[in-house]
Amino acid sequence: MDVALNVRRYDPEADRPESYYQEFALEVDETTTVLDGLIKVREEVDGTLALRCSCRSAICGSCAMKVNGKGVLGCTTKFIDVMGPEGAAVTVEPAGNMGLIKDLVVEFDMHWDKIKAVEPWLKPSGPVPEAEYLTSDKEMLHLAGVMGCIQSGVCTSECTVLEIDENFLGPAALAKAYRFVADPRDDADVDRLGQLNRYGGIWDCTRCMKCVESCPKDVDPMGRIMAMRELAMVAGYTDNNGASHATAFYDIVKRNGLLNEFWLTLRTFGMFNIPEMLKLAPIGIKAFFRGKMPPITFDKIPEPKSVTRIFEKVEGRNK
Amino acid sequence: MKYAFYPGCVARGATPELYTSTIAVCEKLGIELETTSMEAASCTGSGVLQEKNQRLGDTLNARNLALGERAELPIMTICSTCQGVMGQAEKRLEDPEYRASVNEDLAEEGLEYKGNPGPRHLLWILLEDYGLEKLKAQFIRPLTGLKIAPFYGCYLVRPEDALAFEDNPDRKNSLEIIIEAVGAEVADFPGKTACCGFPILTINQTNSMKMVSNHTLAAKREGATAMVTPCPLCHLNLDGYQPTASKQVGQPIDLPILHLPQLLGLALGIDPEVLRLNKHIVETDKVLSAMALTP
Repeated sequence: MDVALNVRRYDPEADRPESYYQEFALEVDETTTVLDGLIKVREEVDGTLALRCSCRSAICGSCAMKVNGKGVLGCTTKFIDVMGPEGAAVTVEPAGNMGLIKDLVVEFDMHWDKIKAVEPWLKPSGPVPEAEYLTSDKEMLHLAGVMGCIQSGVCTSECTVLEIDENFLGPAALAKAYRFVADPRDDADVDRLGQLNRYGGIWDCTRCMKCVESCPKDVDPMGRIMAMRELAMVAGYTDNNGASHATAFYDIVKRNGLLNEFWLTLRTFGMFNIPEMLKLAPIGIKAFFRGKMPPITFDKIPEPKSVTRIFEKVEGRNK
Repeated sequence: MKYAFYPGCVARGATPELYTSTIAVCEKLGIELETTSMEAASCTGSGVLQEKNQRLGDTLNARNLALGERAELPIMTICSTCQGVMGQAEKRLEDPEYRASVNEDLAEEGLEYKGNPGPRHLLWILLEDYGLEKLKAQFIRPLTGLKIAPFYGCYLVRPEDALAFEDNPDRKNSLEIIIEAVGAEVADFPGKTACCGFPILTINQTNSMKMVSNHTLAAKREGATAMVTPCPLCHLNLDGYQPTASKQVGQPIDLPILHLPQLLGLALGIDPEVLRLNKHIVETDKVLSAMALTP
């Protein structure tokens, strides 16, 4: 099969450095990966093409890149899956959200700084054991799901919050934080959750699921972030809009079966939070005049008790 | 064609124009909406309840799915978030052991979810049940000359396995197919499958507004006259908070945001007032004047 590989190039040492796309014609078969194609270009066509790679087997996590706009590992992405029905050109670009060094090589400092910020080491308390700090197989198996992270930076590349706010810890670092919060040998959970409860932490995730979809190792960073939100609330960190929104949502649906945006907003900010209420007023007034103001009275399903009962049953079992 | 209609909370709350325009469009297309059997259905949990307790969310959605089964009708949704959240629950409930255990909590109400296919969004139903050619034949007022940007909403694009993209590849670019079908041109931009910022509106408004301005301005750079979305939550942010986003970014945006049925309704020749196009925060005049109509 013939395929056109459209690679975004950038050379900082060029006279007038700017990005441009360069097309390479390749012959591939059904097993050829995008990384194979790029290595072939580098070895046979243009030795100046810069890219990171090592194991070619999704172990080292070096070859994060965007293929047709989506973050992937080049070594697990086969041409046959991305070239489209008529053999349309395959576009390869550097990973997103990180500074560009050359061609497909990006600056990873931001990714590592965030990993370091969550203090990714065990903080046990009590007497030091004679040998290792032990835990059960079951708990280790659960942690293994997160420890499978190979730091490829694919989720960092795809995160829709990092795209606009570099202060956000991001999916990779938050998944790493969960690895320690959920570790029964770690005794700093409450402190950790307190740190993560701040601006840039667990509540800033939009739940867009891009990290879940793009992670080459199924680490499910977003799922870990959601789990930490609940853990933070249980630990008593409820003094933020994220927690009050989640609690108000829960209460309203439990009681009525349906959501009511009017009361959800009011309860999230707190009815007596005058500055926030003043900020909301112009939007509320505009919505009112357009007939878009959510009803103040609660819309209920005919038998809300049947929903309340489910809440009590499922939650009761949890306790 | 008859469907048990599950409008979701927001179409009955802060975006009533979505509800009204859906009813008008379905009537015009001869799609019968049965509104009583899903009356007892609850909120899907919107991902928020699932955050707290996934099992709770799955039980509520198993109940909703069971109500649809009892009606012996396919379920129609008009909200990307409802669709995605229920689809994810449906996927987990494919496991017979888990389903049986969840069903135990529904027994008291005499309900059981048997595992039949769950709801589908109006957007998908039009392509998969109604048929594109039949649909096109109904468009008496093509939207020629308009350039429309698609905006899906996260839950209608990820994760792909809960959305059955493999069996239904057209779902991936369903909005673009509809935009072309109404006679308009697609204003394509990479943000169309990104987050609108609504889930963090109350948590980090600055970031949420950045997302609104980034997407709307990117669409405008591609020449968009308007944007269309199948998600009422995206609409709340992209339309309702567009003036706030515009103020934050320090430049005018003024991009009308249409609900999917409103776009269809215009091409079907339905009166813009019936479609409640006068009920938006960002005026829709530009769209209407491009079509030589008045609001």
